[in-house]
Amino acid sequence: MDLAGLTIAGARRMMQAGELSPVQLLDAVNDAIENTDARVGGYLSRDYARARAAAEKSDTSLPLGGIPIAIKDVINVEGEPCTCASQILQGYTAPYDATVITKLRAAGAIPFGRTNMDEFAMGSSTENSSIQLTRNPHDPERIPGGSSGGSAAVVGANEALASLGSDTGGSIRQPAALCGCVGLKPSYGRVSRYGLVAFASSLDQIGPFTHTVEDAALVLQAIAGHDPLDSTSLDVPVPDYSARLNDGVAGMKLGVPKEYFVEGMDPQVEARVREAIEVYRALGAEIVEVSLPHTKYAVADYYIIATAEASANLARFDGVRYGKRAEAPRDLADHYGRTRGEGFGKEVKRRIILGTYVLSSGYYDAYYLRAQKVRTLIRRDFEEAFEKVDGLLSPTSPVPAFKIGERMADPLQMYLSDIFTIAANLAGICGISIPCGMAQTGGKALPVGLQIMAPAFEEARLLRIARAYEQTQQRG
Amino acid sequence: MSAPHLDVRYVADLVRLRLTDGAIAELQPQLDHVLSYIEQLNEVNVEGIEPTAHASAVYNVFRADVPRDGFTQEQATANAPHSGSGLFIVPKVVEG
Repeated sequence: MDLAGLTIAGARRMMQAGELSPVQLLDAVNDAIENTDARVGGYLSRDYARARAAAEKSDTSLPLGGIPIAIKDVINVEGEPCTCASQILQGYTAPYDATVITKLRAAGAIPFGRTNMDEFAMGSSTENSSIQLTRNPHDPERIPGGSSGGSAAVVGANEALASLGSDTGGSIRQPAALCGCVGLKPSYGRVSRYGLVAFASSLDQIGPFTHTVEDAALVLQAIAGHDPLDSTSLDVPVPDYSARLNDGVAGMKLGVPKEYFVEGMDPQVEARVREAIEVYRALGAEIVEVSLPHTKYAVADYYIIATAEASANLARFDGVRYGKRAEAPRDLADHYGRTRGEGFGKEVKRRIILGTYVLSSGYYDAYYLRAQKVRTLIRRDFEEAFEKVDGLLSPTSPVPAFKIGERMADPLQMYLSDIFTIAANLAGICGISIPCGMAQTGGKALPVGLQIMAPAFEEARLLRIARAYEQTQQRG
Repeated sequence: MSAPHLDVRYVADLVRLRLTDGAIAELQPQLDHVLSYIEQLNEVNVEGIEPTAHASAVYNVFRADVPRDGFTQEQATANAPHSGSGLFIVPKVVEG
């Protein structure tokens, strides 16, 4: 069977009608991987036998019963590798399930396949993977975005119905936009981070990649909620994300932040996003221009806060308890220095060094403390905007997928790929990217993403706004 | 004001990252470039602004102080590159 066009909701309906079994679905996904992944490179590993055993006894009456879901290789799944696409975690086998995996299993889903990523989720193109290159399903000469590039590419290439990724500064929304799928970053504290290998703990969130907004609501329903094992997950009730999904946007006020339409952005991206905004107007939403005046500082702010947190989080990779260790160390300092020097890739080293510097004595106030204060101003921009509007509409990425190698020489140019997604992480609000048409470049049609943002813990509203647009398009 | 400068060799040593001379030569201008970009935060007036450490203000989260299951010694050491007798084995730390 062909997976193209098949959604979670569709597969569920077929299972309930007795037209599809969980084993047939798993085999269809496995066949799609065998036929497709050699040219995409989205998967790092998969364990068919384990998934097959789970499929054979899966309970299709559960909300995600029998649905295989691919998992970014930064989330622990008991008994499987979790490489973070780094050499330093070669040989590691996860001894436990992350909370999102426990919850997916409880909802009947089957974790199947581990997806490629930028090493330790640091990057915007998946080119920082130390293991393999992932190619954009729409043009093999282009990147899939990042850092969750594998998770986006396998959904975009119809070799998974859905996947999980993590988003610290856009790592779900940006690759979803570039690969033509739906990517949801929940509000900070909505989904447990227990078992997610930490990059920047005050920014990281786990979320789904799917073909449709309806499917994103189904996966979020399964993974959201308070977890005693993550003290930053908030004890806030989880609403029914599907209940009012189709209620539309008539009467809503949607804001268009003027700072998100900048010079240098691709004219086709701007055109597609402006067309989508007109669709919302036609659906009865009132479109209002708003201002988020501190937007231009978000990237600089992020690269202080995220690298500072990363420098502390990555101290645990010391070659003692897990992972790879340098051969024949002279003494402990040599052991640490060479294990980490040999084990981490270039981008990870750049960020650890920058993060250590901004936290160091004499520079802490000038960089880190100032960045935390600017973060307050960025958060306030959103609070003030959401007093006037129900949601915000913008491009997800200023450009469609760029060519492999194009931005690797200049780290700053790569960092600017996330210019429209980073602020949502700093503010802790929720955001989603949905496909809104194509840009024609060099004979290829490349997907463009529309980003929608809503206040913290307003995922139901966010999904409803996204669904309203999706229903006007062919798919879904 | 002079351009910001970060001594890569010194900071890398602080975080136990052994770098080759070639890697330092490559990282040095890249990091100085990123630092120059970050300097733009100095334009922002942050007087009287409270810092944000976390997106959601949650403080002092406690759980009930009751025992719960953890890893066995065998599970805890299963991923160690070098272990024995249920212990992590590392290079000698104390001389003598």
